[in-house]
Amino acid sequence: MADSNVDGALHSPTWLRTALIVLAVLIMLGLVVLPLLMVLGAAFGEGFKAWWAALREPDARSALRLTLFTAAIVIPVNAVFGTLMAWAVTRFEFRFKKLLLSLIDLPFAVSPVVAGLCLVLLFSTTHGWFAGLLETWNVRILFARPGIVLATLFITFPFVVRELIPLMQQQGSDEELAARSLGAGAWTMFRRVTLPNIKWGLLYGVLLCGARSMGEFGAVSVVSGHIRGLTNTLPLHIEILYNEFDSTAAFAAASLLSGLALVTLIIKFWLEARHGDALAKTHRRH
Amino acid sequence: MTAAVLSPLIPFRSRRPLPGFGLSLGLGMAWLGVVVLLPLLALAVRAAGLGSDGWLRAIHDPRVQAALKLSFGAALVAALLALVAGAIVAWVLVRYRFPGRRVLDALVDLPFALPTAVAGIALTAIYSGNGWVGRFTEAAGLKIAYTPIGIVIALVFIGLPFAVRTVQPVLEALGHEQEEAAASLGASRFTTLRRVILPELLPALLTGFSLAFARALGEYGSVIFIAGNKPYATEIAPLLITIRLEEYDYNGAIAIAALLLAASFVCLLAINAIPSLFAHERREKPHG
Repeated sequence: MADSNVDGALHSPTWLRTALIVLAVLIMLGLVVLPLLMVLGAAFGEGFKAWWAALREPDARSALRLTLFTAAIVIPVNAVFGTLMAWAVTRFEFRFKKLLLSLIDLPFAVSPVVAGLCLVLLFSTTHGWFAGLLETWNVRILFARPGIVLATLFITFPFVVRELIPLMQQQGSDEELAARSLGAGAWTMFRRVTLPNIKWGLLYGVLLCGARSMGEFGAVSVVSGHIRGLTNTLPLHIEILYNEFDSTAAFAAASLLSGLALVTLIIKFWLEARHGDALAKTHRRH
Repeated sequence: MTAAVLSPLIPFRSRRPLPGFGLSLGLGMAWLGVVVLLPLLALAVRAAGLGSDGWLRAIHDPRVQAALKLSFGAALVAALLALVAGAIVAWVLVRYRFPGRRVLDALVDLPFALPTAVAGIALTAIYSGNGWVGRFTEAAGLKIAYTPIGIVIALVFIGLPFAVRTVQPVLEALGHEQEEAAASLGASRFTTLRRVILPELLPALLTGFSLAFARALGEYGSVIFIAGNKPYATEIAPLLITIRLEEYDYNGAIAIAALLLAASFVCLLAINAIPSLFAHERREKPHG
């Protein structure tokens, strides 16, 4: 009697199982897969030639260049400083550490538009805190590349460091202490012990950071000024085309970013499957 | 080997056995300060400088009120829907084995990886009057794109991965022992779900909800295309910030942004407080 009850509670009846699986698949198809199919359908709807022509257009190419330029700055900066911050947080005890951890999470919670506005309040040549300095030095930050880079840095700030902190906490510092006790210098210890231990986690963080940096829209939109050919990133270019009812070109550019998102997911999937042991526990999938 | 054992072995006399404390914390803090804290400080200071007059004028604007109501309301509904959908998806991914499960698992992160502007134009194309779904719903009299329903759909899309990815690891760690115990004591499946599984999942559910809500409240790119952006009707608060900026009404933009920022702080505090809240409750129960 009790046995059949245990069995009953642990193994859902087939109808319930099937119903839940179908429901979950439908949720994912309707909500997540459908938009992806829509992008591909609309991008290639007028044929491969129209798609290619839309991407070869000079404004599209300069938008792509600016997007790649931004990512090329943001990714290494976040990787280096993220590693330093994770080292400080996981290897030493100090006061206000909990507060620091909350501050690191801030950009995840702040609206991208609010982040953009904050930068306007710092660097606007009329209303900014640094208006005087900018004028003296004759530099432009807002409506120029530095503003776009800063906005993207703000948004992508937590990705690498948030990936490394739980990983380095789990690994502990035994191996590094052993290296030190054997006489290794700081740099040798980092290069021969720490870096090999965290490399897959670092790659994981860099991957997420890169995907977000190339796709960021709200924060960049506020600070970019939307100057065609100059301060338009690929997501902003999509918006302009879409608002001009050039749907095919908009979706062609969108397909490029979707391809990027898919590549990101595939590498992420591979990392979790192949190197799950070298990632923070929450990402291990066996 | 622990730090205490090893520290006497380290050749030079140093209070800290590992190198680089000053360097890593100093550079890390400088980076955090310049990139994140300084901009936020600028907003906080400017918001404080608005004075009661500036605040009252900004808050009494009916257009601002409508935008805030819409943003908070849509984010609340969307976070709840994302939580329910996310819990179902997480349950199925953890508890059942079926062909394509791993692909489904990988696809959960797509809304996270897909740029918001791309999601925005795709959702709009699907749900507008001549779209794949919109043509059927509009034939049945239900308009989705350019209404609050469209906004909620975009926000559920954005929030889903947060819900799944916070519930999933907890379900994985839950194991079968407690359910087995409950069942052997005669509990029905529904009772087990309500009395054993849900209480264990509650902290994760609350965290997932807060994350999805915080993200939905500030979301811009995926919403502005499908929203229609009609003042007083489908205009979200982040969009109104950009409109105020374009009108050079800095104070108006600052007031709305400060309110959104305060809401983000509350969400973040809630997310950080949830684990310790529940740890406390558990300590009090002797055999919980």
